Amino acid sequence: MTVKQISVFVENKPGQLARFTKVLEKNRIDMRALSIAETPDFGILRVIVDDPYKTACVLKEENYIFSITPVLAAAVSDEPGSLVKILDLLGENNINLEYTYAFITRKKDLAYMIFRVEDNEKAKKVLTENGIELICQSEINEL
Amino acid sequence: MGNYFRPEIECASREQIKAWQDERLVKTVKHVYDNVPYYRNLMEQKGVTPGDIKSTEDLHKLPFLTKDDLREAYPYGLLAVPLHDCVRIQSTSGTTGKRVVAFYTQHDIDLWDDCCARAIVAAGGTADDVVQVCYGYGLFTGGPGLNGGSHKVGSLTLPMSSGNTDRQIQFMTDLGATILCCTPSYAAYLAESILERGLRDKIKLKAGIFGAEAWSEEMRQDIQNKLGIKAYDIYGLTEISGPGVSFECSEQTGMHVNEDHFIAEIINPVTGEVLPDGEKGELVFTSITKQAFPLLRYRTRDICVLNREKCSCGRTHVKMSKPMGRSDDMLIVKGVNVFPSQIETVLLNKGYPANYQIIVSRVNNSDRLEVQVEMTPEMFSDNLSEISNREKELVEAMKAMLGIYAEVRLVAPKTIARSEGKAVRVIDNRKLY
Repeated sequence: MTVKQISVFVENKPGQLARFTKVLEKNRIDMRALSIAETPDFGILRVIVDDPYKTACVLKEENYIFSITPVLAAAVSDEPGSLVKILDLLGENNINLEYTYAFITRKKDLAYMIFRVEDNEKAKKVLTENGIELICQSEINEL
Repeated sequence: MGNYFRPEIECASREQIKAWQDERLVKTVKHVYDNVPYYRNLMEQKGVTPGDIKSTEDLHKLPFLTKDDLREAYPYGLLAVPLHDCVRIQSTSGTTGKRVVAFYTQHDIDLWDDCCARAIVAAGGTADDVVQVCYGYGLFTGGPGLNGGSHKVGSLTLPMSSGNTDRQIQFMTDLGATILCCTPSYAAYLAESILERGLRDKIKLKAGIFGAEAWSEEMRQDIQNKLGIKAYDIYGLTEISGPGVSFECSEQTGMHVNEDHFIAEIINPVTGEVLPDGEKGELVFTSITKQAFPLLRYRTRDICVLNREKCSCGRTHVKMSKPMGRSDDMLIVKGVNVFPSQIETVLLNKGYPANYQIIVSRVNNSDRLEVQVEMTPEMFSDNLSEISNREKELVEAMKAMLGIYAEVRLVAPKTIARSEGKAVRVIDNRKLY
């Protein structure tokens, strides 16, 4: 019940994101979500794609440095307050959130939150036991 | 212009200087041959004995010494007197992190101080002056050298050492410093800080003695205008003694070498052949009065020109130009010697590939050293702070090795040109020469 996030090293200078997205375009890879963490010299692009295996092959060929991190993707109804419940659950269960970002899709009337936590298993258990729907990579591919 | 500390020496006739040099060279060669097995070996390899050196005309027969020799002989291999007679060391970084250590007897310190005193007096210093020394004190020769020179002149000496600009300016204004001694880049920085604080009319500086790094004529003008002073260059190196090997007079057209202590030669850096005056080549020094660490024909790697034309200041000692470059890959950053090989050593020690690039620039008159390192899969992590911590570790290791702060910049793989033949490791964007 995890999603394969691809984290990519990019330098913090003009044109880097464009170059990266062109690589995806050329290889017909569809991005579902994108988030960037940056320092003054470099950043980490975190992407959720429809085909992580293909993406990894392509990035390797293009000399990118990257890693694949299993993260949790939770479906939340696209309305005020729906995130609060999830965050409260994590907090109450002492699960620290390293980072999170959101995306929506056209096909379903839902928003999705990506959660990076230290202990995926524990978080998964807490969330699913409390009725939060987690999706897996194959579902992402279908979105 | 009568600003001499030792007029009888500084304005001696060329014949007199030659006579001193001949006599002292012969004596020093014998001293070294008798007491430094390392150099005696070099002489024997070349088939030279002390008897072959009768005057400065024979100097070219002696073997050269290089920084590699100093590294090989580290720490005591070139010491020419018993430790019993030594009172001090000073040190500078070597090519691969092994430091160069120079030894001094009290006599050696005295002559060094004497050389620095000449520089201070040439810049207008007297016993009535307040000399602010903001070169680093410690192993670096800058602080101790000018400090000793200032004492000799009898000036009030402010042993500030480097850094802490607020305190520097406070002492400068409160105590009415009249002569400033520091690196030219720090002088430029101080000048700007003084102007920013609106304290230009609170300072009493009349002259500055700036050395330990290359600086351009434009930078001189800039500092002179901003501080309303005359800015004098000073040259030296730890291996030979420290600052004061040569210094500028009011002419500001080159630095007079203290030829009663050091013989200067210019050689072709490739063939080692001695070049006539006026030709550009590598500067070589022979110290002829030192006891503890008398280096014969030490190759400085600085590219210079010697000029023996009579100087209007009245001094008769040869003038050397500002160094115009290096015949090796040493960089001088913030007055500190930096070798690319030192940076490479740190990277390899820390498990990085030796694929790096060094970029030196001057931002607001201050040197900036950046080391670009290619990101590797081993170093990469999805966690930003993990990468930042590794970066920090690298910065600390660089600081420990180089003695100065180097910025580390992680760059994408394969963006630094791979070496095909000679790698371009250093990009120096400063316009120094």
